[in-house]
Amino acid sequence: MTLLVPYLTAGLTEDWIDYLLAVQEAGADAIEVGLPFSDPMLDGATIQQASDRALARGVTVASILQELSLVRGQVRTPLIAFTYANLVFRPGPDVFCRRLAEAGFRGLIVPDLPLDEVAEVSRAAEQAEIELTLLVAPVTTDERLAEIVARSRGYVYAISRMGTTGEQTSLAASAAALAARIKAVTTLPVLVGFGVTGPEQAVAAGRAGDGVAIGSALMRRVLDGATAADLGAEVAALRAALDSASQEDSAERRTPYAEVSGHRG
Amino acid sequence: MPTLSVHQKPATGRFGDFGGRFVPESLVPACDALAAAFHEAWTDPAFRAELDELLEVYAGRPTPLTPARTLSARLGVELLLKREDLAHTGSHKINNVLGQALLARRMGKHRIIAETGAGQHGVAAATAAALLGLECTVYMGERDIERQQLNVLRMTTLGATVVPVTTGSRTLKDATNEAMRAWVADVDGAHFLLGSVGGPHPYPTMVRELQSVIGNEARTQSPYVPDVVVACVGGGSNAAGTFAGFIDTTARLVGIEAAGGAAMTDGSPGVVHGARSMVLQDAEGQVAEAESIAAGLDYPGIGPEHAFLGATGRAEYYAVTDDEVVAAVRRLARAEGIICALESAHAVAWVLREAGGPLLPTGSRVVLTLSGRGDKDMATLGAVA
Ligand SMILES: Cc1ncc(COP(=O)(O)O)c(C=O)c1O
Repeated sequence: MTLLVPYLTAGLTEDWIDYLLAVQEAGADAIEVGLPFSDPMLDGATIQQASDRALARGVTVASILQELSLVRGQVRTPLIAFTYANLVFRPGPDVFCRRLAEAGFRGLIVPDLPLDEVAEVSRAAEQAEIELTLLVAPVTTDERLAEIVARSRGYVYAISRMGTTGEQTSLAASAAALAARIKAVTTLPVLVGFGVTGPEQAVAAGRAGDGVAIGSALMRRVLDGATAADLGAEVAALRAALDSASQEDSAERRTPYAEVSGHRG
Repeated sequence: MPTLSVHQKPATGRFGDFGGRFVPESLVPACDALAAAFHEAWTDPAFRAELDELLEVYAGRPTPLTPARTLSARLGVELLLKREDLAHTGSHKINNVLGQALLARRMGKHRIIAETGAGQHGVAAATAAALLGLECTVYMGERDIERQQLNVLRMTTLGATVVPVTTGSRTLKDATNEAMRAWVADVDGAHFLLGSVGGPHPYPTMVRELQSVIGNEARTQSPYVPDVVVACVGGGSNAAGTFAGFIDTTARLVGIEAAGGAAMTDGSPGVVHGARSMVLQDAEGQVAEAESIAAGLDYPGIGPEHAFLGATGRAEYYAVTDDEVVAAVRRLARAEGIICALESAHAVAWVLREAGGPLLPTGSRVVLTLSGRGDKDMATLGAVA
């Protein structure tokens, strides 16, 4: 089965936890929880807007983690924090990763922390038992790709296109090529993301990798007024599209976090 | 303190704990390629000769070192002004853009992307692009577009496209984010022509080297090694270029920030726009919005080498207020017949404030970099009582 990893900007609305739970019920294999940052350099207009709106509401990393702690018992889906380097370094990588673990997070993705700068955060994440997933880009050389993959934990994240996050009208050709290059050198599941929009692209991205991450397309709906139930329905539709495509392919898939979501394997 | 030369820097561009390359993986190969291309060009006598010629016959270098006779007499210090306001386009920004535009052409790029605050870097980038036949897109915060109309018109006249940035504080910080996003999307075709000594490696080193012409000229022109070398600091490029000429002397190096954007005075270590440096931020790491009358200093960060020079004590950083700056523009204009930019006036304001005090004792010999001219600021000044 193809892994489905939706992204949600934490704190975007007052009832954002309801959205999180709706996404879980709709069949997410893991959820990327965006911790909003003032300067989201790798995000397009949609996630910038979502981050700005969350910050304008006055949410903080502390308030987000606090809210998550309160619903820990209800969250069965692995949570992956998605945020920028400054929020990690400001409290210090050790403290930051420990706080993530205490709030129930399983993973962490930091898009402006490339291989060359990753050592300190890698160590801190490992200590806190947080899986730090690294990103590979279409322009990454083979030599670098091998090293990134070797250091990545949980998944390897394939940046589908040269650009920021943000809804796209089609899946870039670079996505399949990159996913294939990564799969050739690892047994970790490959998540394809950045701009994947709608079931058709999700299926294509899922075929290229082992799973698909979908952010802007979902956040656009929430910014435009979708309720938690609406978002759940959107994710359920993606789940259904991925599942029927997987049945057709009956291709072998690899599963991360085996003890939690192994039922999908 | 050793001279900080590009040839001695480690590949990752560290300045002590500061610097580095905190960029998305998508930009890493481009940063690598740029670092290699710059190193190669900077050690190529033909490239240096071409740049030096442009600086002379096009940009009007060397710029003079003008004794500020009236102010010197009144303040009891010897004040020499390094006149970057007289360089083509009206500021030191031309030194950097000519070098980077030549480099972009050498790398086979057809297009440059730039961020701008006051618009001086945008104008300089548009100028270099016109000269060398490159396309030019400039990202500028909506708020800066409003207060720097003259420079917007200059850029469009030069054939550049000015893209308004409407996110965040709608100033230089957000324009920089947007320019980096645009670079990710056209990394093969475009060169990101960063305007100051911030950003990922190799920018802080490259821009300092390209601006070192300021300090190197001033050192030759000055009849003595000054006691104090002072410049305003936004991202820190005119200061870095000035300091480079005196780093191995006994001169004290002084950078002056805007009180509302004083990363060295009020900031803490953080990672923004690709480098670890000093940043204005809250306890969790959200970057604060700066607030200065000078659009070019309205920035919450600073180049990483300044963070390093400050941490080691080799350079000192102080802040002056908007009111002091406005008064300084007027006083310099009346006393010396020079209308400087609001940015540059920060350095002047510090000298006016401290002359005769413990930070700048009577008799001190001072070289001050006047980074730009004030034409662009006349509307802003006119609106201040
Ligand atoms: C005249 C002038 N001086 C100074 C600055 C600040 O830049 P930096 O600190 O990089 O010299 C600017 C920036 O726009 C400027 O226009």
